[in-house]
Amino acid sequence: MAVAKKKPAAQPDAKSAAETPAKLAEFGKDQDIAAYRDMLSIRRFEEKAGQMYGMGLIGGFCHLYIGQEAVVVGMQMTLRKGDQVITGYRDHGHMLACGMDPKGVMAELTGRRGGYSKGKGGSMHMFSVQEGFYGGHGIVGAQVPLGTGLAFANVYRGNDHVCLTYFGDGAATQGQVYEAFNMAELWKLPVVYVIENNRYAMGTAITRSSAETNLSRRGLSFNIPGEQVDGMDVRAVKSAGEKAVQWCRDGNGPFILEMMTYRYRGHSMSDPAKYRTREEVEKVRTEHDPIEQVRQRILEKKFASEDQLKKIDAEVRERVNQAAEFATHDPEPDAAELYTDVWR
Amino acid sequence: MRPNSIPTFGAESVIKSMPIEVLMPALSPTMEKGNLAKWLKKEGDKIRSGDVIAEIETDKATMEFESAEEGTLARILVPEGTADVAVNTPIAVILSEGEDKSAIKTAKPAAQSVPSAKAQKPSAPAAPKAAEKSRLQIAPDPGVPDGTEMVTMTMREALRDAMAEEMRRDENVFVMGEEVAEYQGAYKVTQGLLQEFGAKRVIDTPITEHGFAGLGIGAALGGLKPIVEFMTFNFAMQAMDQLVNSAAKTLYMSGGQMGCQIVFRGPNGAAARVGAQHSQDYSAWYSHIPGLKVIAPSTAADAKGLLKAAIRDPNPVIFLENEILYGQSFPVPKLDDYVLPIGKAKVARAGSDVTIIAWSIGMTYALKAADELAKDGISAEVIDLRTLKPMDSDTVITSVQKTGRAVTVEEGWQQNGVGAEIAARIMAQAFDYLDAPVARVSAKDVPMPYAANLEKLALPSVAEVVEAAKSVCYR
Repeated sequence: MAVAKKKPAAQPDAKSAAETPAKLAEFGKDQDIAAYRDMLSIRRFEEKAGQMYGMGLIGGFCHLYIGQEAVVVGMQMTLRKGDQVITGYRDHGHMLACGMDPKGVMAELTGRRGGYSKGKGGSMHMFSVQEGFYGGHGIVGAQVPLGTGLAFANVYRGNDHVCLTYFGDGAATQGQVYEAFNMAELWKLPVVYVIENNRYAMGTAITRSSAETNLSRRGLSFNIPGEQVDGMDVRAVKSAGEKAVQWCRDGNGPFILEMMTYRYRGHSMSDPAKYRTREEVEKVRTEHDPIEQVRQRILEKKFASEDQLKKIDAEVRERVNQAAEFATHDPEPDAAELYTDVWR
Repeated sequence: MRPNSIPTFGAESVIKSMPIEVLMPALSPTMEKGNLAKWLKKEGDKIRSGDVIAEIETDKATMEFESAEEGTLARILVPEGTADVAVNTPIAVILSEGEDKSAIKTAKPAAQSVPSAKAQKPSAPAAPKAAEKSRLQIAPDPGVPDGTEMVTMTMREALRDAMAEEMRRDENVFVMGEEVAEYQGAYKVTQGLLQEFGAKRVIDTPITEHGFAGLGIGAALGGLKPIVEFMTFNFAMQAMDQLVNSAAKTLYMSGGQMGCQIVFRGPNGAAARVGAQHSQDYSAWYSHIPGLKVIAPSTAADAKGLLKAAIRDPNPVIFLENEILYGQSFPVPKLDDYVLPIGKAKVARAGSDVTIIAWSIGMTYALKAADELAKDGISAEVIDLRTLKPMDSDTVITSVQKTGRAVTVEEGWQQNGVGAEIAARIMAQAFDYLDAPVARVSAKDVPMPYAANLEKLALPSVAEVVEAAKSVCYR
């Protein structure tokens, strides 16, 4: 595509760019407090969703994001209005990070008319064009060409917006991911591929699914730079994300960030978790929890007191409870909705 | 295989000791004739095997023609600039080492001396001339004002014009696919678009159907209006997940919030002699899916009017073309902005005894069968569905209520085919009007064979349509 070539950006060698990790930038008070509140909001929301699933209020598949909160919260800090976000099925955290209303998200989980998709999408299929969130896609890996297409639209329109395209270590083995990589680099499309490596593709450990387990290297044969990031440290995520987003905005093409992260809960609500030990989960929880890290830092640096943090906790809980309340009592969609929205 | 990637071998002589006749080559699976654009050798030139001796213009591209023979170019039989030279016509004579010109007299000029499968093949797809004639008698669409001037153009040109007009009209419309730009279209449908609109809007993709289908859908989710060309729909099976799960379902899954304005177009179904993996008709596959619209025109006018409508439609549209029809000429109304409604069938030929329902290439069989039936005193009404989804049942039912008999024609397989759907609708909505069970003419339930005779047997035929129509008329 000619349009991408009209902006001859300084093109540092992709490999050397990849080999220079972003310098970790310390957060100030406001950033740490905001990160704490946003991550906690996701965690409390997901805990509530898990509870409501257990009560039979949420049906089907429900993939919780608990443990991975630092990834979306850190990445969202790098975006501007007009940038796009797209992801797979473990999408509740992404939606909340994008600024979508927890009531609308929770009501979609319960299949009610006030849900973002009027109750017709469910956990895996929600969208908000207004907040720049393009789904919510249930087929593993399908969002990768789609996100690449959103980035294509940015180039076509001649703006400098960037699309964050999230996928997991499982999706990273899908063929269409590499078809998208090729076109993204060929046409210098502004897309950051954020691989959320939570170590397990459903129940298959990455060492059992991938010949090359360093997923940040998956773009090398396309000359796409990549970097491994501590996805449990929101500061590291933001620092790496800023570098990658700027790389894209400057017209250099795509960038891969492999976020080393972990999910505490099962793949979905019906996961027997036979593939890993309790000890493994417990070790990550106690030693690397993304929220606890920020909490400790806030207290150490005296950005806030215990009481002030408790107040934030209470506010977050209240907001989640309101969402759950709304999602429980909002009516189901009208029967006539069955036949709407098939075509425009 | 991708079209036109075939090396262009010269026609082989079968009589070694005689002067060698060079025959007009078939340079694509569907080529019937071509223009002899230029001779690159002149009489008396020495020729080695592999030398390019002429440039031949097919309806798709200008191709170099290499000699497979060695010797001296003794005589040029067809001068350069000659148009419409039939495949297998002798175009030159080559003398081998040691022969003299007097031997030329013994060379037979008749093309039929070299048997070829192509020359023997009288099946409907290989007889565009007859089809054209029959087609030219079709009345224009009722929507066309009386007195509108009609211009003759090929299906290929009509499709190109539709895209060009819409690209001029809307900056967000662009076309992408394999070989759409610099190659000028694998089937020449996008010819000239790169020159007019530039590389930003006419985009060659890598061979990556799943990837570029998804990328196109993503661009559409982002508000652009892509036209994605599949070199053939046979390759779109690679992209099926994106077409069904991403393009068709997103509007519904988002509660109407986010849709996908995109056209997927390209040749569908059998061409000629390209075997099982390149000959499948996907009419039934796509028209099964809620959220997709599916269009399959049979004339250039419909192709133009419906492709323009498809590009403007806010939904994902599957636009099934047919390679055999690309080169055929039809009258097209000369109107500034000819847009047809999606979802409206057309009575292509009025009749009273039996309704024949077809679309795309199926119309070729249907119309010729109607001519045959007329000779036997059976008046067939032929309905061109044009759009498969949403399907215009009303036009079909109204006709069947009049005739009491129906035959469906398709190049797809019978089980779960479009004909099965039409038959079910007729049964449900016009049961009391039926004088006979609905008959279906379709491809045979086998992968497409390569051998010319078997391919002909595998496809529907005019004779089968005639027979089916007679059977439902109890004749």
